Amino acid sequence: MIKIINIGMNHDSAPVALRECLATDPNNSTKAFDVMRNMECIKEAFFLSTCNRVEALVVTEEEEEAKKKVISMMAGMGNLPEEGLLPNLYILQGMDAVRHMFMVASSLDSMVVGEPQILGQIKEAYAGAIRQKASGVILNRLMHRAFHAAKRVRTETGICESAVSISYAAVELAKKIFHALEGKKVLLIGAGQMAELAARHLLSHGVTSIVVANRTFDRALEVAEIFKARPVYFDEIVSQLLEVDIVITSTAAQDFLFTYEQVKACLRKRKNRPLFFIDIAVPRNVQPEINDLNNVYVYDIDELKGIIQINVEQRKLEAVKAERIIQEEVVKFEKWLKTLAVVPTIVSLKEKAESIIAAELKKSNSTLAVLSHEQKQAVEILARSIAEKLLTDPISFLKGRSARPTLNNYLDVVRRLFNLE
Amino acid sequence: MTAIWFNMALVFELLAGVGFIFYLIKQQKALFRYSSWALLGGFIFHTIFLWDSYMATGAIPVLEFRSALSFFSWSIILAYLVFHVKFRLRVLASFITPFAAFLMIISSALPNTNGPVGNQFKSLWLTIHIIAAFMGNGMFAITFLGAIMYLILERSIKKKKLGSFYSRLPSLATLDSINYYSLVYGFILLTLGMITGSIYAQFIMGTYWKWDPKEVWSLITWLSYAVLIHERLAVGWRGRRAAVMSIICFCILIFTFAGVSLWFGGYHSFENLGARKAL
Repeated sequence: MIKIINIGMNHDSAPVALRECLATDPNNSTKAFDVMRNMECIKEAFFLSTCNRVEALVVTEEEEEAKKKVISMMAGMGNLPEEGLLPNLYILQGMDAVRHMFMVASSLDSMVVGEPQILGQIKEAYAGAIRQKASGVILNRLMHRAFHAAKRVRTETGICESAVSISYAAVELAKKIFHALEGKKVLLIGAGQMAELAARHLLSHGVTSIVVANRTFDRALEVAEIFKARPVYFDEIVSQLLEVDIVITSTAAQDFLFTYEQVKACLRKRKNRPLFFIDIAVPRNVQPEINDLNNVYVYDIDELKGIIQINVEQRKLEAVKAERIIQEEVVKFEKWLKTLAVVPTIVSLKEKAESIIAAELKKSNSTLAVLSHEQKQAVEILARSIAEKLLTDPISFLKGRSARPTLNNYLDVVRRLFNLE
Repeated sequence: MTAIWFNMALVFELLAGVGFIFYLIKQQKALFRYSSWALLGGFIFHTIFLWDSYMATGAIPVLEFRSALSFFSWSIILAYLVFHVKFRLRVLASFITPFAAFLMIISSALPNTNGPVGNQFKSLWLTIHIIAAFMGNGMFAITFLGAIMYLILERSIKKKKLGSFYSRLPSLATLDSINYYSLVYGFILLTLGMITGSIYAQFIMGTYWKWDPKEVWSLITWLSYAVLIHERLAVGWRGRRAAVMSIICFCILIFTFAGVSLWFGGYHSFENLGARKAL
């Protein structure tokens, strides 16, 4: 019996450090496809690796064996002991695996629910699976249904419009101020997951250059490495205000890094180009009065949370809607998967008919020799249509029973009746 | 016949205005599509009406307040259509069309005084003067409405209360560039209108400048906009300050357009134009 199994980890199940181990090598997916394609027990495979999740989706007939192999493959990729990896993995089977994949594609399982990148990442990974001929009939269908579900969730619910994340809200605000973020410069001061996530989001929305500053220059170098950014000394941050458009602050400083007077002084030199401060630090790094300056906008963490709060109620409703859509799509997929079980029988029925026709035509070859070419063809068509008509009812009978639990009995009867073994 | 075209234009533009307001609330694209067709229809009827009046009298129909308002409304819609091609901003329609429709309502409520028109009004210079000045006004109307949209959005971002306008308005940068482009085009057109006007005055009255109240106020308007453009280009004014300034400028413009012509007298006044007196 064919099983769909999903083994993976995400931002919920595994800490960053562990996910990073698996995400370091960009060729991981290619390797994974190579390994899985060569495993005897795995019929079809899909592999996804992003900075927030690793997912392996396989179709197999020997589930225990396949599970073991995939887990050891993952452990091998990150140079981790299997025992260390296991508690951070989730293993889903059958329709749960399908549902999970649909949720992932629809960005319902994302750290930033509704963020649009994940679908692109999955599509890319799927293209890789196709290139490497790792996926087959079932996964092809599954992935296409996942894309369809994602599209429905995006168009029919408001989940993607207002992603519930602070960093996402910051990006949305930046877009509302600057329109396009292409060519805009970001100054990232300090470090921390939230600040880095915000910077990452800005990057993925078109920001091209990031400048990084930190109290310790070594740490600035480290962070700069991650974003391919330019590190600057901490003393330079005020002079950097002339260059940048967005400032993200996230330091443990007790005093303001930027004061009203400092920012006011640089505005005219900036020709009043808008300046957007995203202050994630607690206590705050940016003097709140700066917000009163023209063309300067300051949002601290509480204010970012505040603007998200507005649509929490509505989001709950939208989430229910999204779940319903996913459920609908899962049910549809399940139905299709069940018809798959009758497909081999239908195929062998048709093959049998075809072989009988071929054999009988061959037998009568000498008698039919007197006929013209057109007449021969007519006889062939006649034979074929009789066979088809005879098979129409059994085939539609089987398709109609494909969702019944007693399907296997019917299949058995048909196979014996037509002697299909 | 002319009255029918006017009424058709009025009805369609009103429908479009109401439709665009509903679009702003409901955010349904179909509403925008229907309203756009209504607006286009209204604009075509309006154009036919203007052409018809022009053919009937031989002069551009702006000689009394009623016609001037309708011509203003037409100019605004034309300016919007031009901007829609460039910016494709749906929300712009929800602000501009109601404004244009509002002018049409006032226009339709005023008495219709048609009569023969003196020969001095049948000049190409006058035609260019009027079209340039009104198109300039139309552009400035967009500057004005863009500035209002800018201030609404800027306020909601500054106050950190993202109301219902937040998601419906485009970005601050877009609104600011609409403000900028319409300002520049409006200024070029207004300048052209004033130059052709004085050339026309030279032909008819033998003098380029008469210190007529309308002339003086037009100069004040022109100077205000010149200051705004200078500040934008040279000093780098933008955003809120530029928006506030363009709203003030538009108030001066409206006063020049309506107030001066109605109350101050002079040869530009509707009283004198409407009576078709010799200049």
